[in-house]
Amino acid sequence: MKLSNRTKVVEQGEMTLAERMYLPAIVGGMATTLKHFFSKPVTIRYPEQTRYLGPIYRGQHILKKDEQGAERCTACGLCAVACPAEAISMVAEERKKGEEKLYREEKYAKVYEINMLRCIFCGLCEEACPKEAIFLRHDQMVPVFNSRDEVIYGKDKLVEKMDQRYLREGWK
Amino acid sequence: MDLFNSVFIAKASFIGVVFLITLGVAAYSTYFERKIAAFMQDRIGPDRAGPFGILQPLADAVKMFMKEDFIPANSNKWLFIMGPCLSMLTALMTSAVVPFGDTITLGGVEFDLQGIDVNIGILWVFGIVSLGVYGILIGGWASNNKYSLLGAIRAASQNISYELAMGLSIIAILMMTGSLSTKAIVEAQQNGHWNILYQPMGFIIFLICAFAECNRTPFDLPECETELIGGYHTEYSSMKLGFYLFAEYINMFISGAVMATLYFGGYDYPGIDFVTAQLGETAATLIGAGALIGKALAFVFIFMWVRWTLPRFRYDQLMGLGWSGLIPLAMFNIVVTGLGVLLDQQILIGIGGVVVFIAGIVVYDQLFVKKKIA
Repeated sequence: MKLSNRTKVVEQGEMTLAERMYLPAIVGGMATTLKHFFSKPVTIRYPEQTRYLGPIYRGQHILKKDEQGAERCTACGLCAVACPAEAISMVAEERKKGEEKLYREEKYAKVYEINMLRCIFCGLCEEACPKEAIFLRHDQMVPVFNSRDEVIYGKDKLVEKMDQRYLREGWK
Repeated sequence: MDLFNSVFIAKASFIGVVFLITLGVAAYSTYFERKIAAFMQDRIGPDRAGPFGILQPLADAVKMFMKEDFIPANSNKWLFIMGPCLSMLTALMTSAVVPFGDTITLGGVEFDLQGIDVNIGILWVFGIVSLGVYGILIGGWASNNKYSLLGAIRAASQNISYELAMGLSIIAILMMTGSLSTKAIVEAQQNGHWNILYQPMGFIIFLICAFAECNRTPFDLPECETELIGGYHTEYSSMKLGFYLFAEYINMFISGAVMATLYFGGYDYPGIDFVTAQLGETAATLIGAGALIGKALAFVFIFMWVRWTLPRFRYDQLMGLGWSGLIPLAMFNIVVTGLGVLLDQQILIGIGGVVVFIAGIVVYDQLFVKKKIA
């Protein structure tokens, strides 16, 4: 019984003469490889060349500053709570008089550390942050570690430098 | 005595040059094999060692020498060492009879661009090539490993089977030339009378057999990774393995040179008379030697091209093709060539033979082979 008229019998019969001689198929195959021989390679020579990973790639973390150069982070700890890998730890500190230029809010993170071996680059810290302070940048990856001392990234590596600010395409 | 000395020195230096060319070509074949494979798969291939990776063979050689030279505890030590040595020796000996050029005169001494001009040149090639099986066979046997042994057995039976068809395809050439000497065969092809025009079918048979003799894909069953791990060189490491691999590349180059000698006019090239008139005999001869090496390298490229195109044969398909495909075809070719020699119409009969053969199998197919039930 046929359920539809779309069935197709694909039973294979005897091979034709050309198929049994193999030679036409071999010539066809060799033409295919020769075509690829002259086509452009798709290789990206990685350390020298990198490919664009898209506008929302989740790479290395960055602690943003605002336009005046003050740190946005207020050490609320929501990112550490959101982090499923428990990679983030911080120590909060009250802003002193005269530090208004340095820190945007009245409380700031004296220590802010991310363990890059624990981090799974899920981006939940970025979503949790109420102050738009932490982001995972799309244009830079965490480099390979050579020893365990390099694994924990402190504020020295995370805070944005004013001379090379990080901008996403949507913010411009 | 003086004459002996100068001839001896000339021969020795010529053999040295051929030796170096062969080894250099074999070394760079490994590099070009990887490059060609990469290009055919839309990759770049080795490009880290030196510009475009041209120092890669050097790096590979260093790696091969630095590796641990392991000899299995229960192997036959002497035979284990002898296997790769024999492979290498026989691979290098074949080039002795390939004529790389006509005679040239240097410093008043005239000598051939050929290692030895024996009147049984082709038989020499066959003898040495069949000795080449011993290297693989001894290596596989001495390893005391079932996979090695299976690979060795396959190599032996495959080479013996395909040597028959190869020999039969050459007999047609011998009938046309009337000599076993490689020099005479090349001289009979001068000025564009290349044997490929007279022997298209014989060339196809010879080419397929050359693939089988060199253990190259699609006939690389002796070292078939999917079934036999590494085949006959499973237990080998370090430079002993290197010798086996090297011998394969030397064999490829030499069989390319032999095919160029037998079917593509050897050191003949278009416009040889013009070059002789313009630049003199010595230059023309040296260009001819270059032409022969170029033809051999073209065959090496075809070997690699086929390797990266075709999958491996199954063992019964390999034997079926050899015994019930190529040998009858070679016999038919001998009969056709005999007819051509008898009627003195060699080109006509050579091409006519192919046409008759194809027509014959089409008719056979129409009459006797069951068709698809449409």
